[in-house]
Amino acid sequence: MSIKEKGFFISITTLSLLFGILPAANAMHIMEGYLPVQFCIAWGVICIPFLVAGYLSIKKTLSADRKSLTILAMAGAFIFVISSLKIPSVTGSCSHMTGTGLGAILFGPTAVSILGIIVLIFQAILLAHGGLTTLGANTFSMAIAGPLVSYGIYKLCQLLKVNKYVGIFLAASIGDLFTYCITSFQLALAYPSATGGIAGSAVKFLAVFAPTQLPLAIIEGILTVVIIMGLETYAKSELTTIGFLHGGKN
Amino acid sequence: MAKKKNTVAILLIIAALIALIPLFTLKGAEFGGSDDAGSKVVAQITGTDYQPWFKPVMETWIGGELPGEMESLFFCVQTGIGVGIIAFFMGRFVERKKIENEIENERKQTKQTKQTMQSKQSEQTSSL
Repeated sequence: MSIKEKGFFISITTLSLLFGILPAANAMHIMEGYLPVQFCIAWGVICIPFLVAGYLSIKKTLSADRKSLTILAMAGAFIFVISSLKIPSVTGSCSHMTGTGLGAILFGPTAVSILGIIVLIFQAILLAHGGLTTLGANTFSMAIAGPLVSYGIYKLCQLLKVNKYVGIFLAASIGDLFTYCITSFQLALAYPSATGGIAGSAVKFLAVFAPTQLPLAIIEGILTVVIIMGLETYAKSELTTIGFLHGGKN
Repeated sequence: MAKKKNTVAILLIIAALIALIPLFTLKGAEFGGSDDAGSKVVAQITGTDYQPWFKPVMETWIGGELPGEMESLFFCVQTGIGVGIIAFFMGRFVERKKIENEIENERKQTKQTKQTMQSKQSEQTSSL
């Protein structure tokens, strides 16, 4: 197992290093070539500090206890599964969820940026879904802004002493919705409408994404609650180590 | 424990229903991607058919659009990797918990047998 752990750690490290070095032409699911160059670069640059913080946060979690790696791998795998499932929605079009809420709740928002970008790169290269040029913008919406909101809502629910599972549900689903809000906003920034400007254009994009995403956000919330219930039953010691149980800090 | 299992089952059923109901209620709908819908809005706002300035690397490599079947293959690979990792670790956790429980039970049993033996011995000595 230790060899496996080493392999996984090294691959995560190299991947994260790569992103530190690669030009910032990096991208959730704005399609390849759909953002003007300056926007691609700008979003990429904005992502870099978050990615570095994410790398450091993962490193810290792992050096505190290597056993956390299993949970980290599961959080990453959850994003893989969830974001690969295209689900039909009420509007008659398909969309997929982000799955980033789980990681954000367990490991804090920055750690997810690393997990998210791995998925985005996989999809950009192999699936022509999202894209390399829009990687920065997509990373920002799916792997940074969404998880930040999830984490914030989760902590807020803790403060307000809302039922834990309700808090997790809200965190995951609102984070998912927020990801699409950001995507709309990013598209609107690049394509302000002639009559309404950026705001008018944002409303238009939101009108396309939001109704489709709403039911999916609910599903994502439910799935996140289910997997956390499962982990609580079977992996209590790991969850305690990463500070999820007993009200510790992430 | 049993209660938790029921909640999980109910939650999963709700999730599956939300996912499947549109398929049956919206008969004849296209179910295209909402990402594609986004590009239509771009075209609508800019007024012209927007030409992406960069083609997906895969399309450049194979010189054309990724065939639909291949795309679903790659999506399946993605799901497979994810499910594989989750199932592997979850399986380990479940087994570990089982073994932990067994060890605990054994300890309790040995404790109990020791106690009973001790009490028997003390009875014997007192009767003597």
